[in-house]
Amino acid sequence: MTAVVELAKVTKEFPGGVLALRGVDLRVDTGELVAMVGPSGSGKSTLLNMIGTLDRPSQGQVRIAGYDVAQLSDHELSALRAQHIGFIFQQFHLADGVSALDNVADGLLYAGVARRERRRRAGEALERVGLADRLEHRSNQMSGGERQRVAVARAVVGEPSLVLADEPTGNLDTASGAEVLATLRNLNAAGATVVIITHDLEVAAAAPRRIHIRDGLVVADETSEAAGMGALR
Amino acid sequence: MTDRIGRARLTPARMTLEDVARVGVAGLRARPTRAVLSALGIAIGIATMVAVLGISSSSQARVMETLDELGTNMLTVAPGKQFSEKKARLPKNAARMIRGVEHVAMAGQTGDTGKAVYRNDRIPSTRTAGLQVRATSLDLLAVLRTPVRSGRWHDTATAAQRTVVLGSTAATRLAATAGDSVWINGQWWTVIGVLAESPLAEDVDVAALVGFAAADAFLGFDGHPTLVYTKIAEGKVTEVRALLNHAANPEHPEEVTVSRPSDALEARAAVAGAFTSLLLGVGGVALLVGGVGIANTMIISVLERRREIGLRRALGATTAQVRIQFLAESLIWPGRAGSPARCWEWPAPSGSR
Ligand SMILES: Nc1ncnc2c1ncn2[C@@H]1O[C@H](COP(=O)(O)OP(=O)(O)OP(=O)(O)O)[C@@H](O)[C@H]1O
Ligand SMILES: [Mg+2]
Repeated sequence: MTAVVELAKVTKEFPGGVLALRGVDLRVDTGELVAMVGPSGSGKSTLLNMIGTLDRPSQGQVRIAGYDVAQLSDHELSALRAQHIGFIFQQFHLADGVSALDNVADGLLYAGVARRERRRRAGEALERVGLADRLEHRSNQMSGGERQRVAVARAVVGEPSLVLADEPTGNLDTASGAEVLATLRNLNAAGATVVIITHDLEVAAAAPRRIHIRDGLVVADETSEAAGMGALR
Repeated sequence: MTDRIGRARLTPARMTLEDVARVGVAGLRARPTRAVLSALGIAIGIATMVAVLGISSSSQARVMETLDELGTNMLTVAPGKQFSEKKARLPKNAARMIRGVEHVAMAGQTGDTGKAVYRNDRIPSTRTAGLQVRATSLDLLAVLRTPVRSGRWHDTATAAQRTVVLGSTAATRLAATAGDSVWINGQWWTVIGVLAESPLAEDVDVAALVGFAAADAFLGFDGHPTLVYTKIAEGKVTEVRALLNHAANPEHPEEVTVSRPSDALEARAAVAGAFTSLLLGVGGVALLVGGVGIANTMIISVLERRREIGLRRALGATTAQVRIQFLAESLIWPGRAGSPARCWEWPAPSGSR
């Protein structure tokens, strides 16, 4: 197995002295599905931002797909994000006044895909998350759950090798949550590495590997051989 | 860089021009009002500057052109202040005596007859329209270099008849041209010509000019000139100016005023210039204030779009691509600005940011 994510002694201190991460060591291999759990404010989102190269560590080393993030130029970092990483934000971050289809198609905007092809694949991605009938809805005309699913579709439309999801089921009812998880599971089955932050214990329990975060540290890392993805609702 | 060995180099994909344009348009569509207002602000500021510069430089250029054309070597001689109650007058032969002075190239004269001119006999005598009937010497036009706009100038024959040549303003106010008749001192006079504008002798513009002989015969004019226009040899103006008082009125040189009309024009041009600088200053300040305002809006719009920038970076946009997006927005505007109204056709998003 090759490592997709390698974190060594990663710390993050925010201006104002908040120590969000205090020396995290973490390795995630290709094709893994990992659930990240922990109390609010424990540093889960901060850690996911490190993995997604959206933020740089104060100290320590972050290697994604074998690249040392500190050594990459802005250009190379952008290419890494555009071509290898799909990010689902806790707050969706959709463009208002833009249709769901175009929001999802924007996920491929910086990957060098032609517009027609972008929209075709965006349509497919929306179908996978169960929004085939909402293609032309603007993001401000959709419910929170629908928006979250659009955000998921945008993250997976480029079929990234690393999918990072910050509470993708937080706003969803059981049925829609299951659809979103099924989408992520399918990606994982196709070879993508998936990291999910969740507060839902059932979701966490169904994942083959669970990482517990507390006060900016990995406090537990359990792998249950038995729990396959099939057990995920 | 060891970690890159054996790995594909990471290169971001290029955005097509169409995509850049599309993203730019989308940014504008999201905030049409702001786009219209900032474009309007810039347009008004620039238009003001251009207008101020344009108007002032053209008016100044016109004054300078006039001066070049007419020369600055004209002096006028007029009766000046007098210490006794008697009104100062130039001697009847003032022009002839002035012509005798060395370096005086030409001298023409006019005399105020004290009569008024009317379009017809039914207009009340109080309504003179600010026009005067003046007796004129035949060489006046040559001195003033004023062309005849229509009709013709006086000759020895018409100078003794009931004929007038109108100054340009007089012709406009009377609405009369060559061939018409006007009413002077209870008689009909025939207009034989109309003059063009005379920038150095505005009193000619508002005059109805008749011959000295006719003024004597029909208007009871005493024959004393009220203004002598002289043309001095180039470069001798100051020198001659000192001699003209004596030449015009040897007995009472102190009752003679000599002036240089081009000085007034130059002064006016200078004042206009100063006024222009003032306007430019005010315009500049206005532009500056406008510019600061626009910069402020821009900063706010960037701040309020941090989230969008962050998202685009997460989707894999390079810093350069984000910059290009904003650049495209600012460039696309003028392209569509041909009809600002079109902006309102764009669907405004119902949500707010
Ligand atoms: N930009 C920032 N500036 C300063 N402090 C920050 C910033 N972002 C996060 N923090 C702090 O870092 C800590 C970890 O935040 P983080 O968002 O990672 O928590 P979390 O585990 O994702 O919580 P939640 O489950 O509520 O989303 C918090 O104490 C938070 O206040
Ligand atoms: Mg969080």
